[in-house]
Amino acid sequence: MSLDSLLFQAVNGLASASGLFLVAAGLSVIFGVTRIVNMAHGSFYMLGLYIAVTLAPLLGEHLGGAAGFWGGIAGATLAVALLGAAVERVLLRRLYNAPELYQLLATFALLLIINDAALFLWGPEDILGPRAPGLSGSVELLGRRLPQYDVFLALIGPVVLVGLHLLLTRTRFGRLIRAATQDREMVAALGINEALLFTAVFALGAGIAGFGGALQMAREPASLSLDLSVLGEAFVVVVVGGMGSIKGAYLAAVLVAEVKALCTALGVIEIAGYTFNMSWLTLVAEFLVMAVVLVLRPHGLFGRALAATKAGEAEPPLLPLDRRGRALVLAAILLFAAMPLIGMFFRYAPVLALDMVIAALFAASLHFVMGPGGMASFGHAAYFGLGAYGTAFAATQLGLSTPLAFATGIGTAAAGAALFGWFCVRLEGVYFTMLTLAFAQIVWSIVYQWEDVTGGSNGLFGVWPDWPFDSRAGLYLAALAVALGGLALLRRIVFAPFGLALRAGRDSRLRAEASGIPVARVRWLSFALAGTLCGAAGGLFAFAKGSISPEAISVGRSIDGLVMVLLGGVQSLMGPLLGAGAFTLLQDTVMRETDYWRALLGLVILVLVLLFPFGIAGGLRRVARLRRAGGAR
Amino acid sequence: MSAPSPVLAVRGIAKSYGGVRALDGVSFEIAAGELLALIGPNGAGKSTCFNIVNGQLRPDAGTVHILGRDVTGLPPRRIAGLGVGRTFQVAAVFPSMTALENVQMALIAARRGVFGFWHPARRIAREEALALLEQTGMGAQAERPAAALAYGDVKRLELAMALAGEPKLLLMDEPTAGMAAGERREMIALVRRLTRARGLAVLFTEHSMDVVFGHADRAIVLARGRLIADGPVDAVRRDPLVREVYLGGTRPGREARP
Repeated sequence: MSLDSLLFQAVNGLASASGLFLVAAGLSVIFGVTRIVNMAHGSFYMLGLYIAVTLAPLLGEHLGGAAGFWGGIAGATLAVALLGAAVERVLLRRLYNAPELYQLLATFALLLIINDAALFLWGPEDILGPRAPGLSGSVELLGRRLPQYDVFLALIGPVVLVGLHLLLTRTRFGRLIRAATQDREMVAALGINEALLFTAVFALGAGIAGFGGALQMAREPASLSLDLSVLGEAFVVVVVGGMGSIKGAYLAAVLVAEVKALCTALGVIEIAGYTFNMSWLTLVAEFLVMAVVLVLRPHGLFGRALAATKAGEAEPPLLPLDRRGRALVLAAILLFAAMPLIGMFFRYAPVLALDMVIAALFAASLHFVMGPGGMASFGHAAYFGLGAYGTAFAATQLGLSTPLAFATGIGTAAAGAALFGWFCVRLEGVYFTMLTLAFAQIVWSIVYQWEDVTGGSNGLFGVWPDWPFDSRAGLYLAALAVALGGLALLRRIVFAPFGLALRAGRDSRLRAEASGIPVARVRWLSFALAGTLCGAAGGLFAFAKGSISPEAISVGRSIDGLVMVLLGGVQSLMGPLLGAGAFTLLQDTVMRETDYWRALLGLVILVLVLLFPFGIAGGLRRVARLRRAGGAR
Repeated sequence: MSAPSPVLAVRGIAKSYGGVRALDGVSFEIAAGELLALIGPNGAGKSTCFNIVNGQLRPDAGTVHILGRDVTGLPPRRIAGLGVGRTFQVAAVFPSMTALENVQMALIAARRGVFGFWHPARRIAREEALALLEQTGMGAQAERPAAALAYGDVKRLELAMALAGEPKLLLMDEPTAGMAAGERREMIALVRRLTRARGLAVLFTEHSMDVVFGHADRAIVLARGRLIADGPVDAVRRDPLVREVYLGGTRPGREARP
């Protein structure tokens, strides 16, 4: 590698950093004032790009190429800002007092709906934008040709940084934003029109993200996968830079982008006779940067500890099942065990039941960290994926027997959960959530790119179990046994001292530490345990489908898990199982029928969050209470 | 030299925040069975001093010894493991558990039984937990969720939890804060009784002078980060320096908080 290729990549890195910074800065500004982590922020970026590539040619016809290009960017920025304002007025306004998890989920629902809206409006194909008039050439630097547009982009980041800084320090609007960031109640008490301020801030944040997306017009095509990939990277940047710090966001964006660029620049190198393709390291490098920063500064480079978060009301004490409950559970187990027989009459029943069994184990393992642990993970799919790919790889590439392959999958998931969990449990609240999501994105990217091992975008095929699991009934009964074992173990642990200590750490970390409970270690172990059982669900999934692809382990699966838990009710142990059943039924029947199932899922989430925050189990409990009250009269 | 070593010995601790000396060479001791009040006007350094003893802050200089062991700079969890019970200014319990489970959890943690994965916690240390609730007057509320308890009862529950590890030293940050006058006297009398019976050393901060002069054995007074008095409460009450900087020359016995 030579100095000039390094320089070339450095400029390239700065250009990427600008785009990242614009998304992260918007996320930070919005969070600072509204205390909401806007999951739909990647969507604003994506929409900015889509609107720009649509608008630029249209305007170009009437006004000429240059005016069309820049007019398209301006128009897209404005349109996305207006959309942001509308979103704040219609949706977010109802969420300011809701528990954090619901805010995250509702904005994620928005991401799903916007994604399908974009699919409806623009279709599934990527759309290329026009090149930048006047900036399509290149400049020569140290003998290398640098695209002019990249140099322009590299400069945009600092320009926006300075602009935002001036806005925040020199204007009344900026002073209000800073005041609200520091003390929201005080601003309200001073008689400032809070509603208007929040709308304006949301529009500003959305507009910046839209601008960032629109600017990419000359560099990359508009694509439907941009929202999530940008969101994942923006989370890494925000976690590294520190939530709420614009300066931190820029530094972190530069740091992350430059480290990636450096890995690309190094290319293929040889160390001690082995050749390493360093460009492979880009994903791992991102992870390492984040790891180092978080170990040294848990709140990021310029972040501060967050104030106590809204956790909602304390949940009622968990009780063991009474006799009726035990009878119901036994009946359900018998019903599921009899499924191969039922399958003689209803052919689809065992297929659905197998999906439900796997979903139940997946949802219950997520609930373990989310409910008793109080840690809302948005990246549980990572451990599902590690379990599934570990199993599939061991079965197809290594040729291990079914039980051994399954064990390999579980081991892979356990190792991944132990490693990622060590970092995640050091963080609280939204930081935890963002980091889990970022790790899941990293796992997904590695799986997607490491073709030799994972089969890349095609995945691994022919994951068939051997005797006695090769028959439909054999596999199903084995899966049922594994799932029941896992569920029983989780239930046992929740009521054991460890589970009590996990709940104690969630209820009051202060008290738990003062009583001598090692909260961090308890959380880490619970995270690793949940990841391990989730990996078992993933391994079962690989055998059940006979294949595994990156799509099956994308962030969508993490969200499916969250919806299952919420659908059933997070405050009960049976809730996630009910939710998993109901969700699987819904997915296998309704959602398969439409191309727009993401939007449908988004709507389901919004209804859940806004109308039934305690899920099916909570609803049933409330009905029972009302009936008792009625009967007593 | 034959005197028993103090339960808590604080020697020359100091702490500054960006050039402001919050605490400057403070030393004191507590013997077993002693109820020691840490008082001083707002901003005197009480919280800083208290948080250094309980491990939340690390002092710039000086040492803290508990039962003869140097614990300076150890985190709160490790200090808890050495037989130190704590209560907070705003009572902290586990609201999603019953009162009984709260105390059972404290007992399990004190016995290093947190990493039990099989036996139901509800059968562990049940009798001891009930006995502790009985002693703090919470026996009748054992099965109620902590979230549903009145604040005074939450404070009693917290006391029961703090006593779970059979501590030798109890650190109480404003044990009667947020309570009505009648409740306050009851609470501090309860602490007095329990600690006498157990030979427990207690360090507590307090705003209510009624509570301090009515129940403490000894008081230490901080003003602007320095220790200005240390002695039996009657002596402290009469100390002219204390009256000047702290009580502002008025009669003792009234509330110090404006």
